[in-house]
Amino acid sequence: MRRLFDMLRSEGRGVDRVVPPTGFTARLTLLTAAAMAFLAVFALALSLATGRLADRWADALARSATIRISAPADQIEAQAAAVLAVLETTPGIESFRILDDAEMKALLDPWFGPDLPVESLPLPKLIEIVETVAGADAEGLRLRLATEAPGAVLDDHTRWRRPLVEAAGRLRTLGLVSLVLIGAATAGMITLAAQAALAANGQVIRVLRLVGARDQFIARAFVRRFTLRGLWGALGGTALGMMAVAVLPEADDAGGFLTGLGFTGAHWLWPLIIPPLAALVAYAATRAAALRMLKEVR
Amino acid sequence: MWRFARPVAVKGWGRAVIELQNVAMSYGGRELLSEMTLRLMPGSFHFLTGPSGAGKTTFLKLCYAELSPSSGMLSLFDRDVRMMTRDDVAAMRQRIGVVHQDCQFLDHLSVAENIALPLSVSRRAADPKELRELLSWVGLRAQADALPPQLSGGERQRAALARAVMMSPDIILADEPTGNLDWEMSQRLLNLLIELNRMGKTVLIATHDLNLIRTAKSQVATRVLRIANQRLQLAGADL
Ligand SMILES: Nc1ncnc2c1ncn2[C@@H]1O[C@H](COP(=O)(O)OP(=O)(O)OP(=O)(O)O)[C@@H](O)[C@H]1O
Ligand SMILES: [Mg+2]
Repeated sequence: MRRLFDMLRSEGRGVDRVVPPTGFTARLTLLTAAAMAFLAVFALALSLATGRLADRWADALARSATIRISAPADQIEAQAAAVLAVLETTPGIESFRILDDAEMKALLDPWFGPDLPVESLPLPKLIEIVETVAGADAEGLRLRLATEAPGAVLDDHTRWRRPLVEAAGRLRTLGLVSLVLIGAATAGMITLAAQAALAANGQVIRVLRLVGARDQFIARAFVRRFTLRGLWGALGGTALGMMAVAVLPEADDAGGFLTGLGFTGAHWLWPLIIPPLAALVAYAATRAAALRMLKEVR
Repeated sequence: MWRFARPVAVKGWGRAVIELQNVAMSYGGRELLSEMTLRLMPGSFHFLTGPSGAGKTTFLKLCYAELSPSSGMLSLFDRDVRMMTRDDVAAMRQRIGVVHQDCQFLDHLSVAENIALPLSVSRRAADPKELRELLSWVGLRAQADALPPQLSGGERQRAALARAVMMSPDIILADEPTGNLDWEMSQRLLNLLIELNRMGKTVLIATHDLNLIRTAKSQVATRVLRIANQRLQLAGADL
């Protein structure tokens, strides 16, 4: 890393001059770095957005499930006790409690008004369950409830979200894999461009070796250029990518998946690591290519 | 005459700067040079002759480690070339000025920048006054800002010689340095080399030009090496 900064300092400018300017590979490298950085911004946005989505849905999932017990008035207490006993011994349940009359009344108020005589109505009993992070085995619980308390119905209405959370998680992985692939493709293309530049400068390399230039010196002339091109290209691409993300429809917290694709808050800082990373990739790729190539010139 | 020419350190005397022991060189199985044994002492002045294709250029390439011997022991400045890393070779070349038979330059840099290149690669700046002096000596003042492809064959050779002596090297190896030059310019360059030799530099010149050898002999103690029948011999009366 130190070497990288040393090299980029302006004193290196004289070093570059020993290699003739190469218009075509220069433009190609700039364009490649810009395009890859642009794509990287989107892959990053995808990863971050799906990450947020997965977290949100997973939160909802962790919220309570409900058991509703409807039975003739003389059995309801016994069944409730049975359900509680079952819950005691069910793995994956963090806590549970029977809703009291006041809470029942609050739930029913919107439909029947405040004057409802809750005590006199044959209302079902409701048990609120909070699952652990790992979650409970809903099917197993249903089976046990069916034998111990036939009037109990488990309502885990949040279950439908689980596949969505999984999908979001997969998308996030996909985004991260894309980032890695984009990095690898960038390294590959810059290596090719650097090799082309090195091969085109065989005479330059021979002359420099003849007058006593060390490999480091010769490599640096090439590496500095490609690193700077990688950096400038990626800066441009990242800026364009961030602008493109900024004009996407507002990231909406309650919203669905598509409206959520974007950066929020501090996440806007993440794309800023793309240009230095691109420079690092260009540096490593060119340096490896140059040192490999130089071994062939005595 | 000219201030680049620092004398070689005296403690170097007595040890060969280039030493070959039973060195052989072959290209792809065909042996070109064999059983070469030689010690070039610091401050000596040698010519290298031999028929075209005998291996003069090959011999010089051995002497600055562009080629490695296929057998035998070769040391430069008292170091076995087989033990040298690539950086050692680079450092060693800063002490050897080479004029190639086919002079190659960095075609995008001016003649002056090319001549100063040995300094640039070791991150030193050329003194503009010394550079001008050297350019006038080789008769390239007017071409200082030209690009190498714009030079004539003879001008290229002069530029190459100027580049070779720029660093005030301990050894100067020149391959046909006067091949494209008129007699007057040849003598001028020879005088430059003789002057450097008087300051203690070791000089080895491959050439066919017997006049050049004769002229040199009248001014400085030179010996003539000859490659014949794959062997290296000391030729002439001073054998
Ligand atoms: N890289 C190489 N690979 C194979 N053969 C080579 C190579 N370089 C030179 N040779 C052969 O080695 C022989 C000697 O070449 P060299 O250039 O050393 O001759 P020279 O004495 O300098 O000749 P000239 O006086 O014409 O310059 C030639 O026959 C040449 O074909
Ligand atoms: Mg030759």
